[in-house]
Amino acid sequence: MSETSFLNPFKAIKYLFEKPKTLRYPFELKEPALRYRGFHLNDWDKCTGCGNCADICPNEAIEMVKIPELESKPEEGIKDERPKLDYGRCCFCGLCVDICPPGSLSLTRDYFHIHFDTDTFKFIPKDEKLDKETFVPAEKYSVLKASLSLRKRDYQGFSPELKYALFEPERVEMPQVSPEKRKLSFIEQVIGYNKDEAKQEAGRCLECKLCEEACPAHLKISEYIDAIYRDEPKESLEKIYEDNPIPSICGRICMKHCEDACSLRIRGDALAIRWLKRYAADQIKNFKEELEIHPGEPTGKKVGIIGAGPSGLSLAYFLRLQGHKVVVYDELPGGGGAIRTGPPTYRLPLEAIDKDVNYIESLGVEFKFNTKVGGDIEFEKLLNDYDAVFIGIGTTIGFSTRVKNSEKCILALDFLKDNKIGEQRKVGKEVIVIGGGNVAMDVARETIRLQHIQYPDEKVITKTVSLEDWDELPATEEEVEEAKEEDVQFNPAWGPKEVVLDENGNIKGLLCKKVKSVFDEKGRFAPTFYEDKTKFLQGDMIIEAIGQRADFSFLPDELSDKLEFTERKKVKVDENGMTSIPKVFAGGDIVNINLDAVTAIADAKIAAQGIDKYLKK
Amino acid sequence: MRELELYFGPQHLGMVGNFSITLKVEGDRIINATANPGYLHRGFEKLMEYRTWMQNFPLVCRINVVEPDHMELIYSMGVEKLANIEVPERGKFIRSIYCELARVGSHLFGLWAYSNMLGFDTAANWAMYHRDLVLDLFEELTGARVYHIYIRPGGVRRDFPEGFEDKIVKTLHSIGGKVPDYNATFFENRLFEKRAKNVGKITREQAIKMGAVGHAIRATGMKYDIRKIEPYAAYDKVEWDVPTREGGDAYSRLLAIRDEMIESVHMIFKLIDKMPKKGDVFTKTPNPFKWRIPAGEAYVRCESSRGELGLYIVSDGGDKPYRVHFRTPSYSHGLTILEKALEGESIADVGNIMISLYVVAPEIDR
Repeated sequence: MSETSFLNPFKAIKYLFEKPKTLRYPFELKEPALRYRGFHLNDWDKCTGCGNCADICPNEAIEMVKIPELESKPEEGIKDERPKLDYGRCCFCGLCVDICPPGSLSLTRDYFHIHFDTDTFKFIPKDEKLDKETFVPAEKYSVLKASLSLRKRDYQGFSPELKYALFEPERVEMPQVSPEKRKLSFIEQVIGYNKDEAKQEAGRCLECKLCEEACPAHLKISEYIDAIYRDEPKESLEKIYEDNPIPSICGRICMKHCEDACSLRIRGDALAIRWLKRYAADQIKNFKEELEIHPGEPTGKKVGIIGAGPSGLSLAYFLRLQGHKVVVYDELPGGGGAIRTGPPTYRLPLEAIDKDVNYIESLGVEFKFNTKVGGDIEFEKLLNDYDAVFIGIGTTIGFSTRVKNSEKCILALDFLKDNKIGEQRKVGKEVIVIGGGNVAMDVARETIRLQHIQYPDEKVITKTVSLEDWDELPATEEEVEEAKEEDVQFNPAWGPKEVVLDENGNIKGLLCKKVKSVFDEKGRFAPTFYEDKTKFLQGDMIIEAIGQRADFSFLPDELSDKLEFTERKKVKVDENGMTSIPKVFAGGDIVNINLDAVTAIADAKIAAQGIDKYLKK
Repeated sequence: MRELELYFGPQHLGMVGNFSITLKVEGDRIINATANPGYLHRGFEKLMEYRTWMQNFPLVCRINVVEPDHMELIYSMGVEKLANIEVPERGKFIRSIYCELARVGSHLFGLWAYSNMLGFDTAANWAMYHRDLVLDLFEELTGARVYHIYIRPGGVRRDFPEGFEDKIVKTLHSIGGKVPDYNATFFENRLFEKRAKNVGKITREQAIKMGAVGHAIRATGMKYDIRKIEPYAAYDKVEWDVPTREGGDAYSRLLAIRDEMIESVHMIFKLIDKMPKKGDVFTKTPNPFKWRIPAGEAYVRCESSRGELGLYIVSDGGDKPYRVHFRTPSYSHGLTILEKALEGESIADVGNIMISLYVVAPEIDR
């Protein structure tokens, strides 16, 4: 280092002739950086009101407020709440942006707000689409007037990017049997998570509880998922049992309304809630020995339940916990109802059903299987013997297309039932399945398996015909995808015109006509066709899977007349689940329009409370 | 002569920060000094026990206003050690570059405070301007100028924006080009030498005994730098040197700071050269709402611009830290060393000595 000197500083004199570096604010402005973390911006169209931003905020600066003009749509996972910021607390860290599952929240590059009223610092962020008055174009914007009510448009700063998000958008892949292997037998397709996979998947849950509102039975999903994450499967299962007494069944075939509402699905995959429920149920080998659930104090009341399907089973369980005596009648040799006969073994093995049913039985519910009400025992007798009766009979009679020669066809329900609990059906080498719903998918996929079993190493074909086009198929996307993987052929937007027979009276194929539209302008089912556009599908066997209805023939005439139905041909029940016949309650597929197990459980929950109230009157 | 008790700060003009020293003086000479911290106690260590692992990183930076970056770094390092998380290679380089930028920015701020205190306003204003250029870089990288909230447990929050490396190089070149002018007006100015030499002197033995770290101990000729002793981030990936000075007075401390800045700038250039061009910048950490760290305790340390910064962090297996404790350099500099260094000095040199030790009051109280 050179010597210090008194004269050295004079070298700085040259700076006298330089321009000043200081900006003359506000006439000279400095543009904030592209990632600047200023005030919030929220795209209300994308925002679901999940509240994760409020949960992560380290300063509790965000609160979720109800917006009266918004509509809550629980089944789509949308709440009528939006975040409200308190800029007296906000530290502009941007954690809310990084956790936001839909990516609706971002920060802008403006940061001016001067006001005497501290209340103006509390603020519900919107964006330029929604609030044209606040967000003005650059030419109308000036820092002298800028505030929370005068901001610049298209001025996004720190923005949500999926790769930097604090949540995990991708689902832990469920191990499954490959399509090539699984279509050769009835082996269960889904293998199930192991402990590490389940914990990892459960760890993705953000606990926003949108799913719980979407679930018809309102299971405490975030709590039981958290128990799985903490590796407490027993606690998890007991949590599930509070609202759903058939976890082994629902863990396999639930229609998972919850996953449609999951906030993670928007920019990634929904949490695998159904598979996690299955994991919890599968972890506990013996429900009776391990679970600590006990029936209530005996009340001395007796309830008769017709049908051991999901609604009947659930109701029996809930009533048993309330201490009532419960007897369940079913014409099948085991519990489960439509669940026992319908879903093929590769989706729902009988052991899983029996595991749930046996546990309910172990709590003291009496089951009378192979007993048909209206045959083996009269309905009036039940009405006399019991303090309340519940009808949960489901829909058991399949519809036919009633086209020419349709009597030669097989009905889906019979086909599925025989394959599952009776003798396996003989199938053709080229089978046509009419229908585009989940039952049709079950039938088609079962047929493929039977064909491979019955005609090994031969060329076999299964095809489906449905009125609905690809985008309106009623079957779930998952089912359609898996059916495609198993080489099921699809003929969407074609309707059956005639079953064509050969000279011996055997089925030769199906003549189809092109569909013009399936629904009328009001959205009701009213198919129209181009009668002249036809297509012939070859086949030696046709199975009809186009819908089903309930069988009320067990009701004596005077009661049958009294039973009221809704416009949609469903049994009318009040808020307690009671039908128009006093002391008779109903639930399940004959009441709701969702036609699935979890909605049947929801019906049973309502009926359980209704019956309890009724019995204590 | 009569002994007087003089309250120096927190309202005293010569005091920087919310800090106070009680001086026992005889005439102009200080006989005895007692530091009075506590004006900025915000209870951070307690607050952190109420926030989840992820919620804490926007909080820790506020412990030190001047240089928040190393606070973020040390917290993240502690959590990573507890949870056994490895930072990706590119993330490590970004952390090092970011922390060296922070060191330059922080030292420029210190230089402003010091030269301003002694009345060298020209150099002070330059330092402030050049610090602003560094803040511009931070703004572009992180979205904020002062509280960057950028280093998160697992890595860093965002990758470099397009062309950011070139901007760093350009900015540092423009600041580095002014070093001769800084030397002329300040470091090689006889007035500075007169004011600082042999002022606030501590010997190496005293420094070691009283826990001096950073430039305070390097100014006594000891090569003590955590980046060398216990390399973290990417400090072991490039060649660099620990500049030292002999003397142990305010003068050598300031020169040590200048040398350190120059070394940092050279290091940034080397780091940019060696940095992997692609790759992740952070390791995915568990969902912030469910993140529980196995029970355990960890002590981590890094070299902040004021010296060794330590963090003791304990987890009881929950979703929040059980206990957090920071060992901040200003604690020993501002309390024990300052008291010792002030003995026998004149009242006019209190600010001089205090700032040459780079005492940042918020860091003492936390």
